[in-house]
Amino acid sequence: MATAVSEAPVVTRPRPRTRVPLPPRLRAPGWYRAALFEVLGFGFAVGITALIRWLQHQHPVISGEAITVVSMFSVPIFFLIGLGAFDYWLYWAAGRPTRPEDHSSHGALTWRDYFRVNTDHKVIGIQYTVTSFFFLFVGGLLAMMIRVQLAKPGMQFLTPEQYNGVFSVHATLLIFLFVIPVFAGLANFVLPLMIGAPDMAFPRLNALSFWLLPLGGIIMLMSFLAPGGSFASGWTAYAPLSTTMPVGQMFFSIGVQFAGFSSIFTALNFLVTIITMRAPGMSFFRMPLLVWANFSTSLLVVIATPFIASSQVFVLFDRMLGMHFFDAFVGAGKNGNVLMYQHVFWFYSHPAVYIMMLPGFGIISEVIAVKARKPIFGYRMMAFSLLAIVVLGFTVWAHHMFVSGMQPWIRIPMMITTAIIAVPTGIKIFSWLATLWRGVLHLDTPMLFALGFLTMFTLGGISGVMLAMIPFDIHVSQTYFIVAHIHYVLFGGSLFTIFAGVYYWFPKMTGRMFDDRLGKLHFWLTFIFFNLTFGPMHLIGIQGMPRRVAEYADKFAAWNLFISISAFILGLSTLIFLYNIVSSWRGGPRAAANPWRALTLEWQVSSPPPIFNFDAVPTVVGGPYEYGVPGAVHGIFKSPTSDRPPVTAGTFGRPPSQEAHE
Amino acid sequence: MFRNRPIAQLVLIAVIGCAILIPLALLVPWFPTKASTQAGNLHTLYYVLLIASVPIFVLVETVVIYSVWRFRMRPGQERADGPPIHGNTRLEVVWTVVPALLLIGLISYSYTVLRANEKSHRDAITINVTARQFLFEFSYPRPGGKQAVSSVLYLPEGRPVVFKIRSLDVIHSFFVPEFSEKLDAVPGITTTLRVTPTRVGRYPVECTELCGPGHAFMRSTVYVLPSSRFDAWLAAQPANGKPPVGIPPSFARQPGVPG
Repeated sequence: MATAVSEAPVVTRPRPRTRVPLPPRLRAPGWYRAALFEVLGFGFAVGITALIRWLQHQHPVISGEAITVVSMFSVPIFFLIGLGAFDYWLYWAAGRPTRPEDHSSHGALTWRDYFRVNTDHKVIGIQYTVTSFFFLFVGGLLAMMIRVQLAKPGMQFLTPEQYNGVFSVHATLLIFLFVIPVFAGLANFVLPLMIGAPDMAFPRLNALSFWLLPLGGIIMLMSFLAPGGSFASGWTAYAPLSTTMPVGQMFFSIGVQFAGFSSIFTALNFLVTIITMRAPGMSFFRMPLLVWANFSTSLLVVIATPFIASSQVFVLFDRMLGMHFFDAFVGAGKNGNVLMYQHVFWFYSHPAVYIMMLPGFGIISEVIAVKARKPIFGYRMMAFSLLAIVVLGFTVWAHHMFVSGMQPWIRIPMMITTAIIAVPTGIKIFSWLATLWRGVLHLDTPMLFALGFLTMFTLGGISGVMLAMIPFDIHVSQTYFIVAHIHYVLFGGSLFTIFAGVYYWFPKMTGRMFDDRLGKLHFWLTFIFFNLTFGPMHLIGIQGMPRRVAEYADKFAAWNLFISISAFILGLSTLIFLYNIVSSWRGGPRAAANPWRALTLEWQVSSPPPIFNFDAVPTVVGGPYEYGVPGAVHGIFKSPTSDRPPVTAGTFGRPPSQEAHE
Repeated sequence: MFRNRPIAQLVLIAVIGCAILIPLALLVPWFPTKASTQAGNLHTLYYVLLIASVPIFVLVETVVIYSVWRFRMRPGQERADGPPIHGNTRLEVVWTVVPALLLIGLISYSYTVLRANEKSHRDAITINVTARQFLFEFSYPRPGGKQAVSSVLYLPEGRPVVFKIRSLDVIHSFFVPEFSEKLDAVPGITTTLRVTPTRVGRYPVECTELCGPGHAFMRSTVYVLPSSRFDAWLAAQPANGKPPVGIPPSFARQPGVPG
């Protein structure tokens, strides 16, 4: 249990008598101090808004809306300070002696370690993943409410305002609080292990990244309590609807800042870690494709995310400070530009969909290579196509605006770039297919989700290419065809890869094996009812049913009922996953270090890994997918106490049914 | 004959798959009734897209299902690996170039459809569409600078129409599924949409941009009348509306906003 750190006695100065008249529990970083600081943060918000309004002669000086908005910044930030996320930096900035890092708080021994500021990437990875799945279930519950409302024509149990709020929060939670962070979480756990590093480059920043996330989610959820209801202008929050809504809209604008900073800090961390901390011998072209995928995603995140932050700052300024960025009716020469919101928003939000997909591509590469027992076909083109998607992803944003009324000529280059981006994506699909070809396929749960992904994402990609064609997009824009496309690529695409990754790395992360039969049941129910839910939406969309509507024309009634029933079963099927994960984590069979007989470095250490990952830094001597080459290894460990023989690729031998042809 | 030639088996299955799925896909009643020249062009484009898409899906699916059937791990292979095939340059070039060519073809065709659908006609009649929370208002320019205002849209069959679309508050969108044409109504600008109705009938007008709690209910109706009946209708309308402007008399902000 003791960590192998230097044995020299740590010199401690006698602790100076503190002048803070608080009991020790409130002086030490932790939840009690965080609660106290939250109160201080709220007081700060009241004080500063009152002061500024008094100086500006705005009466009443105490304004509920102003206090709400400022508290949404100050309370979470004070909470983080109280929790201890900024302790080291604040001490350092104040010139005080910083507490020496003895790594005793690194790692997790009890469940309590998961509820504090912990710098171990493995703990942070699990914190991220569990938090994200919590928001998956909340967002999924909101989806169930949507489908209840839409099961029959006419209004059901939600008012129109509430319904608009429900689908807005549904999308926002699933995008910013589930898909984006869960990939960050899985990569947080796996990536340093995969490159032979003891942790991420910036462990403290990593901890801060995590803690920003639940704060953003709580802000989003609290919008339901705001006067006027939750934010209800879609996750896209177009101005001027969003700038003229009740204060609940501000919960989106501000919550997104927290989620955005979480994302940006993590991406920075990944970039530095990947560039500087790879084990000796791991050149870029010996990195596993998961590392390539997260490298590419991190480039997207750091460049694009500031744009959504700024779009929401503009909305905040218009709504709270009376500015006119998006106000078309101020007066000649002073008008704002309504369409500018969409350009700024989509300049992030299109790369965002690649942020939500590229890590999934990395996961699929890992799973398919190991489960088909073959190298990834066309490794170099797989890496280059990731980079191509990063670059091209910034050139297509206005395909979300074909009917927006923007200058018509912009549509043409956007159609071209949107079609071009299908080429590197297609290369990846075909390469995965070629990897399956002549492999030895182990059809367990992770592999089933990977194969399901190939099918679903192809369909989503096909509907995407159709949408690139402007006349077709004009017809189906803002109809259920778009809803179908979105869910095929985000559910059939991203979520399937997330499930594949969670099942695949579950033994490594928890030291236990999941129940594969339950996993397969989860897969088949999900696959079947996903298609029954979202397949028909292509049809009713082309038929003309708009999206984001609380009720619809009678002719769509039958399909909507069918979709709703399928959706309820789809929702229930996630409970199988939840049961499997929880019960396996608590009492499943212990997992071996390398149950999948994989070559990548994370599988060469115990399950779960030692607290600092590697007893000695491994040396990488070959590619990560050298299956089929007898005796090939990816990395070697020169630890003299190791009694585990290196895992090599198995012999490649064909059963009689497959004869050599080449 | 096919037993030991997996590629040939694959191609056969894919061809059969396409032969079944393409007609099925084309038989699905995707679209509402075609009621404009634009819709006619778009429906054809969509069927071409379907015909191009089905083989791709069938190809991917065939490889997946075939691989699962043919290459799944059999007893005795638990510790076996597959052959260490890292790539095949010729194959990779083919599957880069062929999709690119296909996409170039589809883009070019779409471009011609777009040009045809948005062609301006000198004899087009102009109709103003004003959108606000939560209704559409249509106004027809009449001689003398006046407008005939209506909450229901009447159009002549067979004559090109130019819609000038405005919004008085937030972004709305003007969509008639049977026309396959749609354009947003954006406050502060006037957007232009061209449609040539070709079928007498009654069709829904829908708002397709989230505009507030009334968005789902923001609908109207368009009646396409035979040309002479449309002229008669228009002549009989009182022309007492003022020309539409995009700027309302007062633009009230939400309470609580400072300033």
